Amino acid sequence: MDLQAIRKDFPILKRTINNNPLIYFDNAATTQKPRQVIDAEVDFYEKHNGNVHRAVHTLSLESTDLYEKSRERITRFINAKEPAEVIFVRGTTEAINLVAYSWGLGNLNKGDEVLVSLLEHHSNIVPWEITSKLKGFTIKYANVLPDGTLDYKDFKGKISKKTKIVCLSHVSNVTGVINDVKRITKAAHDNGSLMLLDGAQSVPHLPVDVQDLDADFLAFSGHKMLGPTGIGVLYGKKQLLQGMSPFEGGGEMIKEVTFSQGGGCDVSLNDLPWKFEAGTPNICGAIGLGEAVKYLEGLGMESVASHEKVLTKYALKRLEECGKITVYGPSNVSKKSGIISFNVKKLSSHDVALICDNYGIMIRSGYHCAQPLHQQVLKLNSSARASFYIYNTSEEVDRFVEVLKEIEQL
Amino acid sequence: MPTLEDYVARVEGTCGAEKDVIVFFKYEKKDEAITNILKKAKVNNKIAGIIFELTFENYSFRLYTSGKAIFRGVKNREELNRVLSAMLL
Repeated sequence: MDLQAIRKDFPILKRTINNNPLIYFDNAATTQKPRQVIDAEVDFYEKHNGNVHRAVHTLSLESTDLYEKSRERITRFINAKEPAEVIFVRGTTEAINLVAYSWGLGNLNKGDEVLVSLLEHHSNIVPWEITSKLKGFTIKYANVLPDGTLDYKDFKGKISKKTKIVCLSHVSNVTGVINDVKRITKAAHDNGSLMLLDGAQSVPHLPVDVQDLDADFLAFSGHKMLGPTGIGVLYGKKQLLQGMSPFEGGGEMIKEVTFSQGGGCDVSLNDLPWKFEAGTPNICGAIGLGEAVKYLEGLGMESVASHEKVLTKYALKRLEECGKITVYGPSNVSKKSGIISFNVKKLSSHDVALICDNYGIMIRSGYHCAQPLHQQVLKLNSSARASFYIYNTSEEVDRFVEVLKEIEQL
Repeated sequence: MPTLEDYVARVEGTCGAEKDVIVFFKYEKKDEAITNILKKAKVNNKIAGIIFELTFENYSFRLYTSGKAIFRGVKNREELNRVLSAMLL
């Protein structure tokens, strides 16, 4: 990858923060946007804006064409069988909620179990906790080992004939651990359970092939992969999606709404994927996401993953020079993506993040929406997190380590 | 008469077990806010010219030249406002 050429595509990287060049290491929270994505959105609003589907005028046809072409591109990107399996949602959170409500309310009952893990983001815990209160099913939590990797033995011990669905992050947003989801999906299917993958931290960073993984559902967000905020995807196997009730009702998701002579109202649902896209969708966001996917395809996801591995390995090596820093998660880079969570002895993660901010380095601090992992497994009050993406450089890592060494002196 | 709102842009509780509170000063008023605070609070330490470790009443906090301050152990928002008012106004 030509890093300098890539960096030129991101206007924000020219910024300074507190008189320092911006170093953006908060990519697990959201990524920056290349000029191509920004231009695609401007172009849409300046030249094509219209509401999608069901109109006959030119702008609507153009908008629909752009919107559906984006879906087709995403379909190819994750190797779904057809665009009907790709539903546009607001993001990973909405995608998981859609499954929890549309599939969960129809298929989970008292006596059933949902198996999640302790390393999940709150968005893969809370929807199941809420729906379990409505339907009376039980949630089991697979343990995580102290190095942040999933305890497969515990997972195997907790999956049972009662387990109707397994919900797991492909990549942890705290430790960057890459779970062996192919193995877990096979175990889930052998048990007769469905498999939902939270791909928020994997789809932007690794080649993800839903047919190869055999996942039943995959959720991911556009803004974590160079796209706009407010757009994401739920992938689902067509047969499953066909059997599910809509998540929301309204326009777009119906074929007809008719009143019979007796006064009753009949609603016939639209085909997939529109059955799950009630109301006017985030058209511009979907087009922007399509452009982001085009950008990533241009780089090649193998190259994206490789760049992050090299950078992470380099950062972990450099961090070894810092005697007061504890890094969480596996040290073996083959087991993790470009996310490094850490703490500096005697300092709160917020202090570390604020000092980094003073030097123009943007990192995250807190629980990163994964309180159970922090409290139950890592036994931490919080952690600081640096997360890398395609535009980050080893020189930025050097500057980061330099600042951390200063922080250590406090 | 200046008010707290003239100086403070936002107050955020941090995410984590520490329950710290971060005060973001308005960009155009941050230098004035820092000057006012430094006049009233006791400076325990100045680090790298960008961080001040301070004490005011029974509260210890860190003030950053970027216009942010992190407070620990403040009971509630009312108490924070009282402390900030005492230092800023």
